[in-house]
Amino acid sequence: MARIGVFVCWCGSNIASTVDVKAVADAAAKFPGVAHAVEYKYMCSDPGQAMIRQAIADKRLTGVVVAACSPRMHEPTFRRLALSAGLNPYFVEMANIREHCSWVHDDRPLATTKAIETVKMLVEKVRRASPLEPIRVPVTRKAMVVGGGIAGIQAALDIANAGVDVILVERSPSIGGHMAQLDETFPTLDCSQCILTPKMVDLAQHPRARIYTYAEVEEVKGFVGNFRVTVRQKAKTIDHAKCTACGVCIEKCPASVPSEFDCGLATRKAVYVPFPQAVPAKPVIDRGACLWFTKGRCKVCEKFCPAGAVSFADKDSLVEETVGAIVVATGFDLIDRGLYGEYGYGKLADCIDGLQFERMLSASGPTGGKLVKPTSGETPKTVVFVQCVGSRDDSKGLPYCSRVCCMYAAKHAMLFKHKVKDGRAYIFYIDIRAAGKGYEEFVKRAVDEDRVVYLRGRVSRMFEKDGCVIVKGADTLSGQQVEIKADLVVLATAITGSEGVRDLAGKLRIGFDQYGFLSEAHPKLRPVETNTPGVFLAGACQAPKDIPDTVSQAGAAASKVLGLLSSPELVREPLVASVDEAICIGCFACENTCPYGAVEHGLRKDAETGLEVEVAKVNPGICEGCGACVPVCRPKAMDLKGYSEEQIYSEINALSGRLNVKG
Amino acid sequence: MAVTRPRIVAFLCNWCSYAGADLAGTTRIKYRADVRVIRVPCSGRVDPAFILKAFETGADAVLVGGCHPGDCHYVRGNLNARRRFLVLRHLLRYMGIEEERFQVAWCSAAEGAKWARLVNEVCEIAEKLGPLKGFKSIAGELATPEKEITLSGE
Repeated sequence: MARIGVFVCWCGSNIASTVDVKAVADAAAKFPGVAHAVEYKYMCSDPGQAMIRQAIADKRLTGVVVAACSPRMHEPTFRRLALSAGLNPYFVEMANIREHCSWVHDDRPLATTKAIETVKMLVEKVRRASPLEPIRVPVTRKAMVVGGGIAGIQAALDIANAGVDVILVERSPSIGGHMAQLDETFPTLDCSQCILTPKMVDLAQHPRARIYTYAEVEEVKGFVGNFRVTVRQKAKTIDHAKCTACGVCIEKCPASVPSEFDCGLATRKAVYVPFPQAVPAKPVIDRGACLWFTKGRCKVCEKFCPAGAVSFADKDSLVEETVGAIVVATGFDLIDRGLYGEYGYGKLADCIDGLQFERMLSASGPTGGKLVKPTSGETPKTVVFVQCVGSRDDSKGLPYCSRVCCMYAAKHAMLFKHKVKDGRAYIFYIDIRAAGKGYEEFVKRAVDEDRVVYLRGRVSRMFEKDGCVIVKGADTLSGQQVEIKADLVVLATAITGSEGVRDLAGKLRIGFDQYGFLSEAHPKLRPVETNTPGVFLAGACQAPKDIPDTVSQAGAAASKVLGLLSSPELVREPLVASVDEAICIGCFACENTCPYGAVEHGLRKDAETGLEVEVAKVNPGICEGCGACVPVCRPKAMDLKGYSEEQIYSEINALSGRLNVKG
Repeated sequence: MAVTRPRIVAFLCNWCSYAGADLAGTTRIKYRADVRVIRVPCSGRVDPAFILKAFETGADAVLVGGCHPGDCHYVRGNLNARRRFLVLRHLLRYMGIEEERFQVAWCSAAEGAKWARLVNEVCEIAEKLGPLKGFKSIAGELATPEKEITLSGE
């Protein structure tokens, strides 16, 4: 015999001002199975919780319905309370009479009717609840980080330093990411490489860390605590165990292609190390550029290699790693300048993007740190920096702010002025967003000390004339049209999620937005978690971020991983699907529907005939509890705990008949 | 005089639509009080039979809310749901239930205003079509008789 307690919360005046809480409690008291119904000002407060705990004991309640706020808010609170009072937590349901009722309706009788009916539905649901025990799964104390930029390096280092094994997977031949391309960093103007490369070396030499470069995530199976990740190690064609990094192969290689690391401002060989400080510092052969692989002749590198490390027979290999948690740190890409017809479709040779300018500034860059006008090789005297190219531009479908451009444009202009003392720097901007420690001061320094000219307005057009780029724009503060004859134009192109990230998100079953940024579980309260338990985010893969924020988030992701891996087993919500094997006909429609591969094949021995029949079994460690398998089950053998067929039908049935509440 | 108001039953997925409805609450967007919400983990959990049952027990319209395609918390539950509901529409037509009485909408956790608008729209549809009489006469025997409740003082 059910003995349900109904606890109606006033939430101060939040609920009580619109819903007649006394009428709700009185009506609930008459529902079948209800043994106790009361209202109270704040159910979630200490006295409120004490009242519920007391009632569970005194009235020997077998179930509790708390009519209050959203279950997304306080369901865990009241379930914990039930547990402490000796009642199975899954005998607690919440009737949402605040977010779904008092806050959205004005009419008191109608809101009260809705509240009463909502309580009735949940009472019916609780009457049909079953006791459930948390699922415990063992945890593999090892983590994987995908992406080897500063976010991935930092997360991996933090994890490894805490004594947990970590595997880092990077798709390019070296770790380092975009930060390795940068010259000096705002707001302190310290050298990017000088602060990054020691971290790269630390990680490479860390006894707890293992790095796969030139590798990608092929497949992800399993679930939090036990992900089975297949890593595709692309064929390096150079045996790194034999290679001594002497560099003869690179010297002799006849094939050249534009260098990705130098953003196309220089070339690299088909056998290459992306940059001098690369980790690992040993080369790989780019099979798309290698003459042997494209034309079937050459093999010069093999001939000259003193270590015999070149192996043209090398093949992609698949490695399976089991890890307990995954950090995604895949970073960003810049949008294609070809989108901008008004800025020459990216075809103006003297118009480059911010990363190209960084390479030009860098002492290890293609020009050795000398600023040059790409078409003539002369030192540019007038440089125009254009901000918000793509960012905050609805017409290009990118309404968001890329966050770092205001700061790096100021930095670029400053560094230009440091190198070209008599140069003129103009920055076209919409707003200057310099929110960060020392950021506003930095921009002010650019204006006051380095005499950078800020023009508030957009650039409408630019074109080539007499070997210069004519930049036409508006200065909205003076209300004048501006035309600048520039030697060099630097576009602060918008940041988007990195190429291929959607594919990876699909493998990890995490969400992403239309711009290719990965979705966090909650924008404010769970910024590094994703909706897939055990998968965390770090850096610009989640949203545009500067280095300090990226490093902070990487540390946060690492600490979440360490928290997850700190106990030998994981406790999961038992709201999973299960099969009544006696009814299952083994059609496996459920298996086809399950997005997680949680349905397994089992055998059931028929008691009468002694024959073994194949039946579906749900692995509760993998099942996420979506319930998509339940409607497809033909004999209705599948059911979802916590949202069972019986419970949902009873909720629907509870709505038959109408209440008539008089005001 | 008591006016018979439409009855809308809504099945909302926990991660998007239910959260979106919560957001309508936290931002105090007002909408009509004729909707009753049943929380499910995912729109993929919604069996077409639930919808028939809701009509049978007195719903004038049924609304299913799920995450936007591509945003499903459970990867593709909403797409499963969408396929099932395509088939269900044929059945509803065959049964003589106006198709407009059954609405499926994608509503994210950030779309509180959209949820409010959806409820109002579905209420209007139900009012325009009038009470779903055919089914109610069958359900009449099952249904509990109307009860009167008088509100207590302020």
